[in-house]
Amino acid sequence: MNNHRNDAYRSRFVPLACAALGLAFAVGLLACSRGPRQPEKTVIQNTGSDTMVNLAQAWAEEYAKVDPTVSVEVSGGGSGTGIAALIEGTIEIANCSRRFEPSEIEQARKLRGKEPREFLVGYDALAVYVSMSNPIQEITLDQLAQIYGEGGTITKWSQLGVKMPDGADEIIRVSRQSNSGSYAYFREAILGKGRDFNLGSRDLHGSKDVVELVSKTPQAIGYSGMGYAIPDVRMLRVAKKAGDTYVSPTVEATLSRAYPIARELFLYTLGEPTGAAKKYMDWVHSPAGQAIVAKSGYVPIPAGGSTPR
Amino acid sequence: MQHRRGWEVAVEKGIEALIRTCGISAIVFVFGIFFFVFREGSGFLFSRFNPLEFFGSIEWYPTSQSRVRYGVLALIAGTASVTALAMAIAVPFGVGAAIFISEFSGPRAKETLKVVIELLAAIPSVVWGFIALSVMNPLIMSVFNVPIGLNVLNGGIVLALMSVPIIVSIGEDALKAVPDSYREAALALGVTRWQLVYRVLLPAAKNGLLAAALLGVGRAVGETMAVLMATGHSVKIPTSVMDSVRTLTATIASELGEAPVHSDHYQVLFIIGILLFTITFVVNLTADLVVRGIRSR
Repeated sequence: MNNHRNDAYRSRFVPLACAALGLAFAVGLLACSRGPRQPEKTVIQNTGSDTMVNLAQAWAEEYAKVDPTVSVEVSGGGSGTGIAALIEGTIEIANCSRRFEPSEIEQARKLRGKEPREFLVGYDALAVYVSMSNPIQEITLDQLAQIYGEGGTITKWSQLGVKMPDGADEIIRVSRQSNSGSYAYFREAILGKGRDFNLGSRDLHGSKDVVELVSKTPQAIGYSGMGYAIPDVRMLRVAKKAGDTYVSPTVEATLSRAYPIARELFLYTLGEPTGAAKKYMDWVHSPAGQAIVAKSGYVPIPAGGSTPR
Repeated sequence: MQHRRGWEVAVEKGIEALIRTCGISAIVFVFGIFFFVFREGSGFLFSRFNPLEFFGSIEWYPTSQSRVRYGVLALIAGTASVTALAMAIAVPFGVGAAIFISEFSGPRAKETLKVVIELLAAIPSVVWGFIALSVMNPLIMSVFNVPIGLNVLNGGIVLALMSVPIIVSIGEDALKAVPDSYREAALALGVTRWQLVYRVLLPAAKNGLLAAALLGVGRAVGETMAVLMATGHSVKIPTSVMDSVRTLTATIASELGEAPVHSDHYQVLFIIGILLFTITFVVNLTADLVVRGIRSR
């Protein structure tokens, strides 16, 4: 009786166990084998500013046609994310819509022993968006600071002289999360170095999310790159202070510095770029790369080099 | 005495050792994770940590250029408000569904309902986030006539839908564990079905139902993606269910990627992680002790 049960056990278990082991062995071998199926591609990791992510993706796609052996992998996450990743060493090129902070330069020196190298690749105007159903057309930097800044006094549309339909008066501030270059630039350019944002704004993840939320929310105001405009939102004309001319965010206004909240877009590497990364950087600065900047809704570097600030 | 071959004994001992390792590994992993999280945040925790500011201030400015402040009171209020609302919705629905499945439905309806409710649990949390953004947002805006539909209500409803499967599962198990003799005795005394549930089963199963609710709370507190998208991500203490809030989990998810490794901001985020870990650990431990209370009776 016992032998009979042992034989039945053995006749099912042993072949099954052998088959399982054999399968595992084969899968292991397969995973280890590295047959040359296609030529090795150089991969350039490119992370950072969410403002620049569509631009960087357009560059990557176009460059794949220029040099098929190089693959540029793009992701967003905010300028802060890109800088952190560059310092960590997980990426080669960081997209930033702001400059490195002195503390970040120090960290790069300490951790990696290299200086961050800055490359200007274009300009962006930070546009102030409102919903189409909002009658307001223009705004000053001081009013923006009073709306968004800590201790700011403007909380209702009627304080700006705007009569909202349905009497819906509360200003709904749409902002970005603190890792965003747009957030940092807005804080520096409009709130001033010693001031922080007011708590209670809706802090969204991406440039596109801000514009989408503003388009769906009549009482909202938000800021984002001018390349993200969609038909359902209006970009306000901005003046430095009351009494100045109000300027619309356009390519000409950005280059001539007439639009007060325009900023530079950068690519950063640690140390001088070499090899595939250097070729990519050179291409980005070439007329082909700059044409893509223009097509994406940003302002390319004027021919003849970057204009000094 | 059975005669076993040598290799059979070896195989048996080997598999037993493997299974024992798996069992112990659960404890190892839990303590390992707690140790890792604690270690990452401990630098700040033992030097510059100010518990009064941390737990008492609503000012969360980790990246300020002028005055860095780490106050998580508003974030705790955000997590608490969304969880409280979610439980207020989920517990009645969940317990009601558990009672219906356990007492009032026939065997085929019972199986179908259980499968469908498990389906709710299978929806990925980021999909719930999309539902909150694209469906619940305009719905709340039009029904309640508020300027923005990303708020405590939105987060609470989505979290409730995510917690209901857990509450139904465990609640139904608790009700099934009540011995049939209770039911038979009650029926012999001539009670109606509702009286049976309300006066006999619920008191008998109350430990298990409480454990179910607490596990639902644990799920709600730890949820990240759905609340990140549904609550409007705004640092403030809510005064009504129509206010936008930010939860502890969403803060970690959105800020850990950019915080330079081992900086103060990074360590504070890990301290928030310790806080969350402690909350869910206490909740789950309570639930477990409460369930233990049934078995000891």
